[in-house]
Amino acid sequence: MIVFDDVTVTYPDATRPTLRAVEMEVREGEMCLVVGPTGSGKSTLLRCVNGLVPHFTGGTLTGRVVVDGRDTAHHPPRELADVVGYVGQAPQAGFVTDLVEDELAYAMESLGMRADVMRRRVEETLDLLGLADVRDRPLLSLSAGQQQRVAIGSVLTVQPRVLVLDEPTSALDPPAAEEVLAALTRLVHDLGLTVLVAEHRLERVVQYADAVVALTGIDAPVVSGAPADVLATTPVRPPVVELARLAQWNPVPLSVRDARRRAGDLRARLAHVTATPPGRSPGATVASARAVTAAYGDVWALRGVDLTLRAGQVSALMGRNGAGKSTVLGLLAGLHRPASGVVAVDGGVALVPQEPGDLLWAATVAAECRDADRDAAVTPGDTRALLAELAPDIDDAVHPRDLSEGQRLMLALAVMLVRRPRLVALDEPTRGLDYGAKRRLVGVLDRLAADGAAVVLATHDVELVAEVADRVVILADGEVVADGAAGDVVTASPVFAPQVAKVLAPLPVLTVEQARAALA
Amino acid sequence: MTSAPPARTRRPPRLLHPAAWWLWAVGLAVAASRTTNPLLLALLVAAVSYVVAARRQQTPWGRSFGVFLRIALVAIVIRVALFALLAPASGRHVLVHLPQVPLPHWLAGLRLGGPVAAEGLLAAAYDGLRLAVILICIGAANSLTSPRRMLKSLPAALYEAGVALTVAVAFVPQAVTAVARVRTARRLRGRTDRGVRRVRGIALPVLEGALERSVELAAAMDARGFGRRDASGATTRRLTAVLTLGGLTAILASSYGLLDAGAPGWSGLPILLAGAAAAGTGFVVGRRRGGRTRYRPDPWRAAEWVVAGCGLATAVTFAVAAPDGAGSMLDPLAWPALPVVAAVGAAVAVLPAWVAPALPRPQPARAGGVTPPRLATHARAAT
Repeated sequence: MIVFDDVTVTYPDATRPTLRAVEMEVREGEMCLVVGPTGSGKSTLLRCVNGLVPHFTGGTLTGRVVVDGRDTAHHPPRELADVVGYVGQAPQAGFVTDLVEDELAYAMESLGMRADVMRRRVEETLDLLGLADVRDRPLLSLSAGQQQRVAIGSVLTVQPRVLVLDEPTSALDPPAAEEVLAALTRLVHDLGLTVLVAEHRLERVVQYADAVVALTGIDAPVVSGAPADVLATTPVRPPVVELARLAQWNPVPLSVRDARRRAGDLRARLAHVTATPPGRSPGATVASARAVTAAYGDVWALRGVDLTLRAGQVSALMGRNGAGKSTVLGLLAGLHRPASGVVAVDGGVALVPQEPGDLLWAATVAAECRDADRDAAVTPGDTRALLAELAPDIDDAVHPRDLSEGQRLMLALAVMLVRRPRLVALDEPTRGLDYGAKRRLVGVLDRLAADGAAVVLATHDVELVAEVADRVVILADGEVVADGAAGDVVTASPVFAPQVAKVLAPLPVLTVEQARAALA
Repeated sequence: MTSAPPARTRRPPRLLHPAAWWLWAVGLAVAASRTTNPLLLALLVAAVSYVVAARRQQTPWGRSFGVFLRIALVAIVIRVALFALLAPASGRHVLVHLPQVPLPHWLAGLRLGGPVAAEGLLAAAYDGLRLAVILICIGAANSLTSPRRMLKSLPAALYEAGVALTVAVAFVPQAVTAVARVRTARRLRGRTDRGVRRVRGIALPVLEGALERSVELAAAMDARGFGRRDASGATTRRLTAVLTLGGLTAILASSYGLLDAGAPGWSGLPILLAGAAAAGTGFVVGRRRGGRTRYRPDPWRAAEWVVAGCGLATAVTFAVAAPDGAGSMLDPLAWPALPVVAAVGAAVAVLPAWVAPALPRPQPARAGGVTPPRLATHARAAT
């Protein structure tokens, strides 16, 4: 269905190609997963499929990309619109209209389909993606998961043979990601659609994939094959595969279910583990909230929250979207005032918002660091030195928008941390991060806690919580419903449990590292 | 064969075609421009307000009618106040003597202050009322239709312009969110600069984000077949553009002739007809080109004809039967007469309140997914 024949892509003004000599084939009806660290050319690969590279982006493409018998060299994206449905990274940026139904019909209007066909397909797509009850709503009023499904639906209505998705769930919380993935598997299984999807959060997708294409770096060849074989060798892998490597299972299980059926032996070897390792020992109280309420107009975001954050500890705020996590962080950082109750913070607060890029507005990394030195009134050069510690490989002359997600987060952190805050708050720090960047973030958080800062994360990412948090606070509907040691809270409910804990339950082992330490 | 007639004819609710509402409103505006008779103008306002109350949508623009009413009131007040201050005394019933400011001789035609006569004041009020009613008619069209649906029913010849407008309109709410985010970020970083630097510091990231978004949008539109299969040649395309734009310009120009009673006769109706013919040809030629189709276009049925016809009928009755000048009411001062034909015309204007189909029930707002309004930002209460 999709054939890449010796494809090399070089963008204008680039000194080296982004993709080099890629050979791969995706067969009809397959769901193929593209994995690789940020900057390895995943998006470029996907954009080659419908001809956006090079027709839209510029640059040169050598070799051949053939989709359903059409060579993209001779067919610009609009001529491939009936064969390839492409959904980019930020679906809301690609919306042309402002209502759900109109958005679904847009591509069909462009292709000049008959009115009765359009009407029928819109109805079918609304049902297929579970959007029927939001059909006449404005797009901006939808949740992120609904928006993503509308974006998928808007290319599905022309009934393409191939669906190309660039990180469809990276920016979503787990339930929304489940919605989107459920819709996708339905498309693959019921409609026989060929799907090519790039994704960071492998643990969510890999069990549904028929094939995996791994881009490991510009000089390494592209590896493609069955998911278990490819993931056994690539450096990018979900926790369950990591655990399989530790236990030397072969073939590698890809889902919690498969792993659990193999894990009897491993559970026996780990039976001596009776408790999770104790968290870091808490220091003095840095911030506290007492019976805090907050409201947005008539909507009460917090209804009496008590919270104490101590030096040297990492706390995680969890809970569904709208539970009040971001509001708590905003209160701590002094962005909002509570409706009642008291928020007390001892020392400076650094809050890194969900979109770390919001904090950055200079034209280069170097200028950004100079601005931060001035804003914080510290010795010139401090921010740059701090950044070098957090992320050694960032070039001074790059525009902050051209950095990878992980690098941008590190730059934002450096800008905020140079004030030496006593409380560091991060809102959804792992959105869009690959495994490498996540590991680096864990290292930074570890060091911050060791240096005596209180760290608080608002996150959906249970794997991150399992690795780094000492304490977990679960919010629901503006109230605290659970507050305790991370190991206890996280293993108490299967919804909030990390993959390793699910595989090894009822043993209190949360991460591969803990399992490795216990085996040694 | 037997067929049971329906007990009572009922039609499902739907939205009337926006063009029908606009034609109705423009007809009423033309009618209003033809008279200064306060009774007729008041009848028109009553008719328009009743229709709006009966058939407006529960949307932000649907609620904008009140704003237009207020603007209209301000127009009257300004007109009267300016007259009282500036116009030369006219009429015998002097109400009040304002202190007169002597002006230099080269402003001999003007006068500031002095006696204010009832006749002049009333003439100004009637004149202001006429302008106010025209404004109210436009406001009514605005609150009865959504600008988005109007854009959607643009003829194919204007499709590209429509897309550009849609995208531009969508930019506004996004820019508002973006500004809020940048301001939050600036507070987090402790930025305190003011004036030009501050505006620059907020505007640059917002514009940068908008630019980035527009590139993404262009890619998405390209990938979804925008601009595909335009079968017609360059000549047809140019012909369509010239006919459409030329025709629309002529229609706009003719509105001057129609609204201003003093303009020469050829500048009104003839130009309007010529312009409409040119634009119509452009639309027909444009429809044949390109392979685009339209999803669920707004239908144009009997109700649309009737609503547009009501507007036209009102305009015609006023043009024929309404007294043009205000002289008969002012010299001598008299209670204005009510011309029967025009009054019937004003009554016709209210018919759409029943003729137009009922509105679909608004969707109840559902919980979840709706972005909460921002918290009022204040300094931290306690540290």
